[in-house]
Amino acid sequence: MTAAALSALLGHWRRHPVQLAMLLAGLALATALWSGVQALNAEARAAYDRAGALLGEAELSRLEAPAGLIDPADYIALRRAGWRVSPIVEGRADLGATRVTLLGIDPLTAPAGPAATDLPEADPAAFLVPPGLGFAAPETIREVGEAPFPLIAAPEVPVGQVLVDIAIAQAHLGLGGQISRLTILPGQPRFVPPLAELVPHLQRVDPGEETDLAALTDSFHLNLTAFGLLSFAVGLFIVHAAVGLAFEQRRPVFRTLRALGLPLRRLMALLAAEMLLFGLLAGSAGLVLGYLVAGALLPDVAATLRGLYGAPVPGALAFRPEWAAAGLAMAMAGVLVAGGQSLAQLARLPILAPAQPRAWARASGRAMRLQGAGAVALALVALTLTFRGEGLVAGFVLLAALLLSAALAVPLVLAALLSLGERLARGPVAHWFWADSRQNLPRLSLALMALMLALAANIGVGTMVSSFRATFIGWLDQRLAAELYVTARTEAEGEELRAFLEPRSDAILPVWYAEATVAGRPARIYGTKDHATFRDHWPLIAEGPNPWDRLAAGEGVMINEQLARSADLWPGDAVVLPGAGRFDVAGVYSDYGNPNAQVMLGIDAFLAAFPRAPRLSHAVRMDPDEVPAMMAQLQDRLGLPATMMSDQAQAKAVSLQIFERTFVVTRALNILTLSVAALALFASLVTLSGMRMAQLAPLWALGLTRARLAALDLGRGMVLAALTAVLALPVGLALAQVLLAVINVQAFGWRLPLQLFPGDWLTLGFWALLAALAACALPALKLARSAPADLIRVFVQER
Amino acid sequence: MTRPSPPPTGSEVAARAALETRDLVKRFRTGEGPVEVLRGVSFTLTPGQSLALTGESGSGKSTLLHICAGLEPADDGAVLVQGHDIARLSEAESAALRRGTLGLVFQQFNLIPSLDVDRNLSFQARLAGHHDPARIAALAERLGLAALLNRYPEELSGGQQQRVAIGRCLAARPAVVLADEPTGNLDEATGDAVLDLLLEACRDAGAALLLVTHSQRLAARCDGRLHLQSGRVAPA
Ligand SMILES: Nc1ncnc2c1ncn2[C@@H]1O[C@H](COP(=O)(O)OP(=O)(O)OP(=O)(O)O)[C@@H](O)[C@H]1O
Ligand SMILES: [Mg+2]
Repeated sequence: MTAAALSALLGHWRRHPVQLAMLLAGLALATALWSGVQALNAEARAAYDRAGALLGEAELSRLEAPAGLIDPADYIALRRAGWRVSPIVEGRADLGATRVTLLGIDPLTAPAGPAATDLPEADPAAFLVPPGLGFAAPETIREVGEAPFPLIAAPEVPVGQVLVDIAIAQAHLGLGGQISRLTILPGQPRFVPPLAELVPHLQRVDPGEETDLAALTDSFHLNLTAFGLLSFAVGLFIVHAAVGLAFEQRRPVFRTLRALGLPLRRLMALLAAEMLLFGLLAGSAGLVLGYLVAGALLPDVAATLRGLYGAPVPGALAFRPEWAAAGLAMAMAGVLVAGGQSLAQLARLPILAPAQPRAWARASGRAMRLQGAGAVALALVALTLTFRGEGLVAGFVLLAALLLSAALAVPLVLAALLSLGERLARGPVAHWFWADSRQNLPRLSLALMALMLALAANIGVGTMVSSFRATFIGWLDQRLAAELYVTARTEAEGEELRAFLEPRSDAILPVWYAEATVAGRPARIYGTKDHATFRDHWPLIAEGPNPWDRLAAGEGVMINEQLARSADLWPGDAVVLPGAGRFDVAGVYSDYGNPNAQVMLGIDAFLAAFPRAPRLSHAVRMDPDEVPAMMAQLQDRLGLPATMMSDQAQAKAVSLQIFERTFVVTRALNILTLSVAALALFASLVTLSGMRMAQLAPLWALGLTRARLAALDLGRGMVLAALTAVLALPVGLALAQVLLAVINVQAFGWRLPLQLFPGDWLTLGFWALLAALAACALPALKLARSAPADLIRVFVQER
Repeated sequence: MTRPSPPPTGSEVAARAALETRDLVKRFRTGEGPVEVLRGVSFTLTPGQSLALTGESGSGKSTLLHICAGLEPADDGAVLVQGHDIARLSEAESAALRRGTLGLVFQQFNLIPSLDVDRNLSFQARLAGHHDPARIAALAERLGLAALLNRYPEELSGGQQQRVAIGRCLAARPAVVLADEPTGNLDEATGDAVLDLLLEACRDAGAALLLVTHSQRLAARCDGRLHLQSGRVAPA
């Protein structure tokens, strides 16, 4: 009996191969986008872990200075007291053609991690003695090109990092003898004086606490995850629609099977098994696809993470079985969620329930009321969170509530609009057109909801990026006001440089900084010279009285927006700079693209507090026409390589490039989501067209040509898509506002003004209609070409 | 080469005939090879005349009706509606013919599911461009549909649906009415009443009626009678 029932059930798919293809494609795509994003995240997390494991730090406690750097005296004191600790220096530095993280270790005390055991053989003397020797991943070596010391390929070293001797790193980072952190080695002697006595100002960090990098990049990964989830949801809409329609179409089969004595339970088990089989098939295909998607996106993601956070993420993807298993499980869960409703409906349905189109519509009329209630409830959640919510997670919940609420409202609003059209319609055909669109709305509403979500996400993210871009470009103009930027390689060269530039420029503005911890956050403190460049151009978003005078006088400091928002420090508040003292906040400035806190301190106060800060980088104000000549002179007279200087245009170009790269991934995911939505619409229309013969045949018999009916069907698809696109606009703008005013603030620490780009909307609307046209064209064409025999069949009884 | 012009009597008949078929042949391809359902069916129907078409189940009555309505092509022979050979019409012209000249009542799937009874009743009349609300109200009254105007087709019984289809057809004032067992789902009394209406309306409007029915009693009420047997018409 089971075999016979199974063949009757599966026969449906043999006669509707397109529907089956859609179901599988939808599920495969959903799985692909979701698992693709997960692969990206897993790769990045693995890279962070590898970075921690390299020096064995993942398992060991460490000592850090809240003020930023550890004095060598502390290190010596600890060693003398018997503590077994190993110093590490870490910092970002330009090396050859790129920027890397220099990791300086003391090979004699370094703990036994891969760095101590797995690195290729090298001459220990060459490692210790200047110019030194570096270990780096082959990828990093390729990017660096020419380095001041030889580089040896070591795949164990995370991409973007270079492992050198501690002294070499200190020299390159201009740290003097200062140390970034001390690793507490295993097997300490029994009786050592407690740390709290020896070095009370140092802080012990135990392993297992999240690494800085992981914490820093969390928001980025959360962003990706949110997008992956959105794509998955959109994909599930397709599956849900396809499964629902297949159930609807097979109702006569169910009825016959049950009338012939197949128990309901057996029937449901068979259907569930069928869906799980589809989940397995499509999930596997989705995994392959997701792997390809992730592989294609990873270079950009890696570049973003490295550029923005200095996170060592490689550009190549590794295969992880646990990732595949999770992806497959998601596909299975997805298909069960999508099919569960239909199964539940089947369980409740009386055996002889007729397959009536309007019964369906009525049942979904109840569903619509439920949906309406859901939409209102979610809108209330969103509203509450807008005023009460705090934190990134609340931000994302707000986002989800907003989007879901809007999606649920789509069918309701469309139904209202279609009834309006019906009431305003004149001729009989126009009247039928609106009534028929409204009646078929429930079958299309899932696809339309998916389309709305994709469009809104596009508008929202697009507006966010464009607003950001416009603000960023304006901000760059202010921030990069100097005509020339030069960096010396050594302190001596720096001095030479300043002496050379002094008589030949309008002003030399030092770009000197010290790493520190301010208000509990990793920060950079910059020494700032009092100059019109700052007074005229600096992008202040909040200021107290006479901010620049107070800065110059050493009374106040300027802090960046990230620090101001995260620590809630505003003009009038005071902030403690470790080693420098307590200062009033004189002003807050915007500082986009920088994940860390930043403080501007008057140059005199800065030099007094951080006498050992490297004095290498400078911004030079001068006649812009003379910049090329000056760059040539610096090369000839001081032997400064061209890579150590850039004019304003170059500096801006580099910043913009980093900016653009940051959003490559977002854009790609956006486009993928939109394509999935178009596919959802296509799937629904194709499936629907199979059921529409009975609705259209009477009209044909009454004298409407097939071509006209097809044109009307096409028009209906376009009208629905256009209305959906119009609905997506306000939702997208609300989304953009949430992204700009809530998510960005929480994730990056800056708030951006919303700007409107109607041109982009028109372009997107055009693409949406084109996608809808593509989705509607095939079913319409099929209808226009359908043989009269197919239509007549409707009128012949018992068929 | 020019075609020989048809004999004058032919065009005379054609001018008078509302519907005429000449040697219609229809074959269906099935799994067991072609089946010839119609093997040369000829008859003529003049305006105002009513013809009953009888025959056992599967004898080809519905097929003949569909061919007359231009919904299905014949394999051989011709159908003339008001003198026009419908095989020569383009799809648009054939659709226009169905809209303006023909009235069709099928065995089932007559109604447009997304429109309520009222809209279904007036649909064809509005398509044909002579919508008359008073006539529709009168028809609805006589067909016993007055209380059902705001219902949707699936909320009606089979017989109610058929009555709506008849009302829709009559509201459009077609010149030729083709009805396939229009009273098949009705009880005897209602069936009689509806047939009365159909015959009366056709006679009043001078419309020709081809009525498929299984009932000898109903067939007897028509002006003439055709019996389909083995693919040919035999006068009953
Ligand atoms: N598309 C088709 N393909 C194959 N055979 C067909 C097709 N349509 C009709 N037939 C066959 O043609 C014959 C005539 O069918 P038709 O529907 O015209 O019969 P009918 O006289 O209207 O019967 P009933 O009184 O039961 O309605 C039947 O034997 C039927 O099986
Ligand atoms: Mg029949």
